[in-house]
Amino acid sequence: MQTKASENISKKDKSPLVWGLVFGILFGFLLQKGGATKYDIIIGQLLLSDFTVLKIMLSAVLTGMIGIYLMKTLGWVGLNPKSGSMGSNIIGGLIFGVGFAVLGYCPGTIAGAIGNGYLDALAGGLAGILIGSGIFAALYPRLKSGILKKGDFGNLTLPQLFKVNDWVVVVPVAVLIFLLLIWLERVGL
Amino acid sequence: MELLTEVRWPPYAVGIGIGILSWFSFLISREPISCSTSFARTSGGIERLFRGKKVELKLYYQEIKLVVDWQGMLVLGIVMGSLISALLSDDFHWQWVPSRWAFTFGNSPVLRVIVALIGGVFLGVGARWAGGCTSGHGISGTLQLAVSSWISAICFFIGGILMAQFLFKVIG
Repeated sequence: MQTKASENISKKDKSPLVWGLVFGILFGFLLQKGGATKYDIIIGQLLLSDFTVLKIMLSAVLTGMIGIYLMKTLGWVGLNPKSGSMGSNIIGGLIFGVGFAVLGYCPGTIAGAIGNGYLDALAGGLAGILIGSGIFAALYPRLKSGILKKGDFGNLTLPQLFKVNDWVVVVPVAVLIFLLLIWLERVGL
Repeated sequence: MELLTEVRWPPYAVGIGIGILSWFSFLISREPISCSTSFARTSGGIERLFRGKKVELKLYYQEIKLVVDWQGMLVLGIVMGSLISALLSDDFHWQWVPSRWAFTFGNSPVLRVIVALIGGVFLGVGARWAGGCTSGHGISGTLQLAVSSWISAICFFIGGILMAQFLFKVIG
């Protein structure tokens, strides 16, 4: 099955891979220009002394959300939300957070950090992420139907959860993010 | 052209740029920007080099498939894009120990690399456990208003902020 799947991919045209590379170059370029490839900026966010990372993320979410939901309403795109559960997202999220602070990079920004020449990211962090991913793959059969299924809610979105029209959630979330960003600027963070 | 050689752009310009990039990744590739699964595929791929094809039979690798796909190329692109940006703005330099780390924990590369390795292990396990990272959940998932992503993103920061305080205020 595995060989068949990879054969199919090699026979198909390569344009998805080229687009992946193009989007990656643009994403990496933006991350570097924003300072998000730097340990000092990321750890500054987690120490609550530098809010660059949060400003980048929130303005990306604000811009992205409005555009994606507009295109969804127009029928141009479909959503692709990840399914999840309390056991997966809360516990995994907290483990990730610990790693985020100890390493000072995340999987996307570490790729940017390597491009920026940061050797702690390459020799330490990257190796660690690969080892950690391998540990998870080894544990997966035992976790799959246990902890990862605790409090399963599937690939729900907030509008589906509240059973309302998309825009009933999109507009207030957009306003809240906007106000939060204005507040951050006001208090000089 | 001067814009491209600037060392730093305002965070809002960068964020809006990433937001617009996400429109096109949905529109053209039908894929949300996300990174961490590629590290799991790479890990499985390296294991396969040593232990052979049977690695592909592991339950997790049957689900994610050990192939180079759109997302793998995205991560490779991030390295290149960051390198291009850094070179254009003369912001590229080889560095073992970041300055904020050195300020608190000294400038030993060995200590920094060991701690980075340990952090990476947690990050790798946590990303797979939560089913995504700061990109897939933190940006692409939250902007789709996915419940799983909002919970994950909030937990990333709760865990991260608490651990950073512990590291720098209690140990450091």
